[in-house]
Amino acid sequence: MLEIKNLHARIAESGTEIIRGLNLTVNAGEVAAIMGPNGSGKSTLSYILAGREDYEVTEGDILYNGESILELEPSERAAKGIFLAFQYPVEIPGVATMQFLKVAINEQRKARGEEELKTPDFMRLVKEKAGELKIDPDMLKRPLNVGFSGGEKKRAEILQMKLLEPKLCVLDETDSGLDIDALKIVAEGVNALRSPDRAIIVITHYQRLLEHIVPDTVHVLYKGQVIRSGDKELASELEANGYADIIDAAA
Amino acid sequence: MNIQAKTQRTAAEQGLIDAFSALVSDLPGDTSVTAKRDRLMADFGDAGLPSRRVEAWHYTDLRTLLREVPNHLPGETASQLRPILDGSEVLPLLGGRYVEPRDIEGLKVGSFREALMNGWATASLDALRPDDAIGRINGAFVMDGYTLKLAADAAPEKTIELQSVQNGGQAHGRFRLEAEAGSRATFIERHAGGEAAGLTTSVTEIDVAEGAELVWVIVQERGGEDTHLGQLRAKLAKDANFKLYVINMGGKLVRQEVDIAVDGEGAHFDLRAINLLAGQSHTDITLTLGHSVPDTTSQEIVRNVVLDRARGAFQGQIRVSREAQKTDAQMACNSLLLSDDGEFDAKPELEIFADDVICAHGATVDDLDPVHLFYLAARGVPEKIASALLVKGFVEELLDELDDEALTDALKERVEDWLDAHV
Repeated sequence: MLEIKNLHARIAESGTEIIRGLNLTVNAGEVAAIMGPNGSGKSTLSYILAGREDYEVTEGDILYNGESILELEPSERAAKGIFLAFQYPVEIPGVATMQFLKVAINEQRKARGEEELKTPDFMRLVKEKAGELKIDPDMLKRPLNVGFSGGEKKRAEILQMKLLEPKLCVLDETDSGLDIDALKIVAEGVNALRSPDRAIIVITHYQRLLEHIVPDTVHVLYKGQVIRSGDKELASELEANGYADIIDAAA
Repeated sequence: MNIQAKTQRTAAEQGLIDAFSALVSDLPGDTSVTAKRDRLMADFGDAGLPSRRVEAWHYTDLRTLLREVPNHLPGETASQLRPILDGSEVLPLLGGRYVEPRDIEGLKVGSFREALMNGWATASLDALRPDDAIGRINGAFVMDGYTLKLAADAAPEKTIELQSVQNGGQAHGRFRLEAEAGSRATFIERHAGGEAAGLTTSVTEIDVAEGAELVWVIVQERGGEDTHLGQLRAKLAKDANFKLYVINMGGKLVRQEVDIAVDGEGAHFDLRAINLLAGQSHTDITLTLGHSVPDTTSQEIVRNVVLDRARGAFQGQIRVSREAQKTDAQMACNSLLLSDDGEFDAKPELEIFADDVICAHGATVDDLDPVHLFYLAARGVPEKIASALLVKGFVEELLDELDDEALTDALKERVEDWLDAHV
């Protein structure tokens, strides 16, 4: 589903190279964890997948279902089924969460040539999915992410994911700022989305989240490269020994 | 003695003087009113239209911007419009004339013409200050309008829409409201226009008595060739609460002045202003706000969306007198500049003579936030639609503060119609 080939990318403004020859393949049905110390390029990778302009790809390619997505606008990538759950969901004053959800769902449907969802159907769908995540309906009337607690923001991200039903989900540090109860709700939400035709990339610093979302593969990112890949045991090994051994071994 | 070379009259100044001569015998009023009008016009003849050299008009050089004035007649027939909020009581002022005053639950309605005829209105015709060009022109020319008295503790259920509709020509109207103690009501002061270029002035005087709570919404949607000069003066008594909205989304040359005297302890004033500016229009909101007694509060938030070659200005002057301890006054002016050729000037001015007060002001000028746009794009919302959504959010945030959901929705609809047509 996703094939990243020898990817090099830098910050557009400063020219600092962050991703330095990254290779990664994630198949449909797979949950891949990307781990790594701070500054290894994890969040940058997630932004590049979503198409953020602040980064410039200088070499290599990202293939999604066999096609390069480098030339696609962020909204086009989203409509094709790529979803980034933000580490820091953005607060948007004045735009009610409900209104935003409706626009997002219908813009994606329009882009795919599907009919727009009618308001009653939309309301029913949101109510159902919000209930599964224990989201208070009043929260959806509030401006998007404004004044939401850390847990509410992350749940709102997962709600969007459930509603938009993407094919490739990228979760950037979704566990940060969550207490254990919220973490479980979020993990359940993600697990419910596991399916043979969907791939999920879980970017995380700690193993904690991976106890709840058990990955099929684990990749260690360091200085903009995947320096080691393995199965879920690799995560436990990292938890026990830290990154130093692996970094030394790769050096 | 300061002797200045007399500058030549502009076409617009001469036009107003000629219009006054043509109209004077038909203007309503008793002898005191007539004398006052003559006096105001003589003052106008001396002062002329204010130029940028007059401090209060620095950003709106009326002498240059108002090139000519249309015919003094009231223009083409204007017909009553559907109210902004369905089910509102409408008091129309069509082509400068009221239709027929009729009392509304808790609200006594009279005509301003009558107040002129019997001389009640004489004192209020004075200009507020030597640089008060709007008060002066309106006082000289005013023909009609409404006088309203909201009875003590009255709380009319329906919103009352004062609807001034003008298509070309000139009209000079006045609204006067006395909200007695403990009354509560919501008013919309709407100024609509047509295709023909018109000149309108409008002065609103409001007394908010002890404990009264008023919401007053000015919706200015004059035509694209119109000049509109508005002024609202309000006095707030003890524990009064006055929430004023100014929504500018029309006109070619617009100035709305707001003059507020917070004179009673425990009183609170709110201004929420939305300027939607496009084309080559020029729009100015000028606030003068005085806190004269202890323990009063005020908050002003102005949001501007500037497109094309439009220009806007907000001047906010807050005066806190020596006695007005514990005043809390907050002012913010935020502009979204969506065009390289647009301009918005913000001028806050604080004059604080008390030592135990909280006063703050801030102004920002931004483009849309790329982080916001990226977040929306990452959810599949294309840039154009995301921009529109963000611009709506930027201004509609202020409308969400209204307690009346139906009114919020009705105002949002108008704002969105404008944004859909322009952004």
